[in-house]
Amino acid sequence: MADWVDACAAGDIDEEDVIRWDHAGRTFAIYRSPDDEYFATDGLCTHERIHLAEGLVMDDIIECPKHNGRFNYKTGLAKGAPVCINLQTYAVRVEAGRVLVQVG
Amino acid sequence: MVIVGAGDCGVRAAVALRDLGHVGPITLAGAERHHPYERPPLSKTTLDNSADPLPKYIVTPERLATADIRLCTSVTAEAIDRTRKLLRLDDGSVLAYRKLLLATGARPRPLPMAVGLARCVTLRTFDDALALRAHLRPGRRLAVVGGGFIGLELAAMAREAGVDVTVIEALPRILQRGVPPAIAAAIHARHMAAGVVIRCGHAITSMVENETGLHITLADGDMLMADIAVIGIGALPNTALAEAAGLTIDNGIAVDDCLTTSDPDILAAGDCCSFPLALYGGRRVRLESWRNAQEQGALAAGTMMGQHDAHRAVPWFWSDQYELGLQIAGLADEAVDVVRRDLGPDAFLLFHLAADGRLLAASGLGPGNTVARDIRLAEMLIARRAHPPRDALADPGVKLKSLVVAESPAARHLEGVVT
Ligand SMILES: Cc1cc2nc3c(=O)[nH]c(=O)nc-3n(C[C@H](O)[C@H](O)[C@H](O)COP(=O)(O)OP(=O)(O)OC[C@H]3O[C@@H](n4cnc5c(N)ncnc54)[C@H](O)[C@@H]3O)c2cc1C
Ligand code: FES
Repeated sequence: MADWVDACAAGDIDEEDVIRWDHAGRTFAIYRSPDDEYFATDGLCTHERIHLAEGLVMDDIIECPKHNGRFNYKTGLAKGAPVCINLQTYAVRVEAGRVLVQVG
Repeated sequence: MVIVGAGDCGVRAAVALRDLGHVGPITLAGAERHHPYERPPLSKTTLDNSADPLPKYIVTPERLATADIRLCTSVTAEAIDRTRKLLRLDDGSVLAYRKLLLATGARPRPLPMAVGLARCVTLRTFDDALALRAHLRPGRRLAVVGGGFIGLELAAMAREAGVDVTVIEALPRILQRGVPPAIAAAIHARHMAAGVVIRCGHAITSMVENETGLHITLADGDMLMADIAVIGIGALPNTALAEAAGLTIDNGIAVDDCLTTSDPDILAAGDCCSFPLALYGGRRVRLESWRNAQEQGALAAGTMMGQHDAHRAVPWFWSDQYELGLQIAGLADEAVDVVRRDLGPDAFLLFHLAADGRLLAASGLGPGNTVARDIRLAEMLIARRAHPPRDALADPGVKLKSLVVAESPAARHLEGVVT
């Protein structure tokens, strides 16, 4: 079973926003939804490996900053051209004001 | 359903037709020999000699096979018989269509004095990029004729490969078309810092080649020598097929807001067409941008399937040069007022406003994708015909998202009035 890793404080991410988190040579994106829930995915777009954390979060969608490819950050589902490969998602839980990510 | 042109627009349309539930045959016929690929990397990563020389494919062959889309490469459509609804290809075959989409794109505008010179090339296709790539070696001399996006992206890549680069622009500044002066100036400065020589306001009076190189003479009498010159002075829409079929042409194949040409069974989309842009008073424009090609491909598929969705997207464009990313949303040319927002030492946004304060366009430049999110939010404001307060736009402390949220109720009302 993969480890739970402390990634950031819950308050480090604005509501309906995303931050980049680098860990053990990998890069992730951690999201806070409009309903104050937390999610994590791979940090790079599956189209051209661009950091998603510079993109825009709207409801449950993260939009890539480069060519506006869209993913549902809760499920990792690619939402159409130009992205066709889904994003890997990771389990997240919040404990004592800290965001923990289960890195797979 | 038949689509001519297997670029970003044509491929997107083919896939969208299937996604929308079309059950009959879909044929995608394109003149190029490669499996369909994206064009933007050609002046960027494709020119990097250390990188993979394969094109970036738009879809995998498997995806096309699963969607049962028949792709014919290396075939040129020669004639349309509109009465019998037949398309003739140069391999002798004839395709019957119910709806025909012309996604024939554009080709580089030729420079008459460069025609026939072996050392003068253009950059539009993957084969062009491969040929050019072989010249990008340290110490080689490259002349870029035209200070537009493609020429400047190429100049940046060439410079990074150690090539001596001179950009020759006839107009007083680079990126005269569609890019605000402040952004053009910042890009100019970045090229100078990289060691590119930029000669603005210089017309070329002659080009002569021999075994030592290409001799270029400028209007002021100056001469320069190059091993190779890339002509990047804009693009012309590929309209010959449509024109021969008697379709209306107006700076591109003229279409209505659902992308239908003057023949109800023939559509045109992407770089080859001109269309009425609802957001800007319905003025007829032709865009040469990747996202427009994608969006219009999808929209054309909808129209071919009997939908009546009008085009309403905000024009959007990006360019990458060195570490800098440029993005532009909307059309700035009718703006009378510019508001600047600084995002850091080397990143800024410009908001282009109409006389009544309506946001017409936003442009931004900064390292990597620093301006992307704000340009995207500005795009939403532009789409909503918003009149954001000037001081809020100028203040980096005001989140653009808050302006979008503030605008929403009024915008919904406005959209209701318009449609
Ligand atoms: C080097 C380069 C860099 C670019 N960079 C950017 C960028 O950074 N950002 C951006 O927004 N845009 C960029 N663009 C523009 C963008 O690539 C185009 O807007 C987009 O490719 C247009 O797509 P299209 O499908 O309409 O046309 P095209 O991509 O031109 O495709 C048309 C296809 O139709 C084929 N064809 C034409 N006539 C026929 C015929 N009679 N029969 C069969 N086939 C035919 C052509 O061979 C071609 O393959 C760039 C373009 C180039 C060339
Ligand atoms: S890199 Fe994300 S959509 Fe292209």
